[in-house]
Amino acid sequence: MRGLLTVYNKEIRENLRDRRAIFNSVLLGPLLFPVLFIGLSYFAVSKQQEKAEKVLEIPVVGAQHAPNLINFLKQQGVVIKAAPQDPEGAVRVQEESVIIRIPKQFPEQWKEGKPAVVEVIADPSRRGTEIAARRVNRLLMAYGAQIGQLRLQLRGVSPSIQTAIMVKDVDLSTAKSRGMLVMLMLPYVLMITAFTGGMHLAVDTTAGEKERKSLEPLLITPVPRWQIMLGKMSATATFAFASLALTLISFRFAFPLLPTGAFGVDLSMSATAMAGILLAVAPVVILAAAMLTTLAALAKSLREAQSYMGLVFMIPMIPSIIFMVNPVTPETWMMSIPMFSQNLLIGEFVRGEPVSNLWLLMSMGSTLLIGLAFAAIAATLFNRPRIVFSN
Amino acid sequence: MIKVTNLYKSFGDVKAVKGISFEVHDGEITGLLGPNGAGKTTTLRMLYSLLPPDEGEIRIDGLDPTNNAMAIKKTLGVVPDSRGLYTRMTARENIAYYGKLHGMSGADISRRVETLVETLDMSSFIDRRTEGFSQGQRVKVAIARAMIHKPQTVLLDEPSNGLDVMSTRALRRYILGLKAAGHSVVLSTHIMQEVAALCDRIIIIADGRIAANGTAGELMEKSGCDSLEDAFVSLIGSEEGLLA
Repeated sequence: MRGLLTVYNKEIRENLRDRRAIFNSVLLGPLLFPVLFIGLSYFAVSKQQEKAEKVLEIPVVGAQHAPNLINFLKQQGVVIKAAPQDPEGAVRVQEESVIIRIPKQFPEQWKEGKPAVVEVIADPSRRGTEIAARRVNRLLMAYGAQIGQLRLQLRGVSPSIQTAIMVKDVDLSTAKSRGMLVMLMLPYVLMITAFTGGMHLAVDTTAGEKERKSLEPLLITPVPRWQIMLGKMSATATFAFASLALTLISFRFAFPLLPTGAFGVDLSMSATAMAGILLAVAPVVILAAAMLTTLAALAKSLREAQSYMGLVFMIPMIPSIIFMVNPVTPETWMMSIPMFSQNLLIGEFVRGEPVSNLWLLMSMGSTLLIGLAFAAIAATLFNRPRIVFSN
Repeated sequence: MIKVTNLYKSFGDVKAVKGISFEVHDGEITGLLGPNGAGKTTTLRMLYSLLPPDEGEIRIDGLDPTNNAMAIKKTLGVVPDSRGLYTRMTARENIAYYGKLHGMSGADISRRVETLVETLDMSSFIDRRTEGFSQGQRVKVAIARAMIHKPQTVLLDEPSNGLDVMSTRALRRYILGLKAAGHSVVLSTHIMQEVAALCDRIIIIADGRIAANGTAGELMEKSGCDSLEDAFVSLIGSEEGLLA
């Protein structure tokens, strides 16, 4: 085991001097992700507020047909603009986001007490116009409801007779469970970190060693090859773990900086939740280190190894994306799926739910098992002449 | 003391070594001379246990590289064809890493490095990172890390490749010093002058077989030529190696 330790110490020391290794494991995950996260949240919140509070300026076609409606809109703070020649065209080319059209028949229908048609021209598939269209609709509905009630009252009928069912929401979500975006994003970011943190070392210690022609002399030393390989893999796992821990810590400090109300609640990560997450994701670090090392060692050149690394990025993404698109309720059997179970567990920890030891053990055990299987494969790779002398 | 009997090695359809036998004695320098692709490097790789032979037997001081790989590696000092260094580490750290891999203590390593710095004249660059080292400096570090554990048998694969005149002279002095200290030395090369200047015994390898084996004088006598270069050409039966 002495050889293993020697290799491990040397790889750690040498890579601490490598700016690219430091960039990958210390800067990328721990700094970039939280900054990105906070930035996006601020952007989303400010966009939403801006749209919700901005004065609505709406072009109206046929305003002369419904002067009372126009007055109502003006009272509600809407600025009425002159309508363009081709309303549909103006919306299509995004000159205007919403246009109201009051048809000629409006006064007639109104007088007869029939539902009078008002058209709202908008393209709801354009994300930016959603809020304006919704506000216009709401104003029109409010006006309609108001007039409808007046008409009933004039005829001596109580307006409440119209309300057959009254729906009342009873909100059971706890304050913490509302931080949805965080709960979807955090597992994803953490799993990626477990991979990116060790990526540079995995390549440098195997394909890199071959490329700079230092692998052959290394293998002539009296250290069993599996020890050399495991020493390298442990160094990779250490960097990945450090990257993961730093990312968690920086998220802890980032949460208080998030815009208040971004998720309807202020988020925080307790020390217990952090420890739990670290424990749950630690086996992924081992799995990642073993997979990356195996791939990089099999590559014929440094370039080939680096292109493999781009693909490996996808592995932790797949379970995270499945979870994002189709959030499921965690069940016990799901804990045996490596990388998917961690997504669920991180969610539970962030929500502040008590996590059962069985779940944690199942998740860690299954991931560790596959990780060790990969490590066992990797450990034998330096025994193959094809890999040692591939150039 | 190395004894090789009837060695064979193929890679797929390519037969690299086809029945090689020779002996190497302590206190002697033996040269493996041959054109590029003749099987020199493959033979050396089998000696330092990185490749298992398909057939045949190797004994180095009585040990078999296939079954006693770890023991053999402790007694061998190897400067292979690949002699890459770790550029983010100093020359001293590069050498010390190999000392640790050989299981030496820190005190032993620093003492031994001091001796090597002196014999190989490395004091001006020993504490510099190896990024940007000249070929000569790199070979010196590669030799120092191969010799850190005081091996009895030394194998060098084309050691003077890429070296300038001064570095080559220093290298030759060092190799002759090893011989004087009683080590057995094997070096492979395709450079005639090197063999003439250093080797007590010359083994000419061509196309995976031994074409001739003896002292420089014996080879010239056998081929009827009066220069080693002519003898070499006549013994391998072509001029191909000289162009390499």
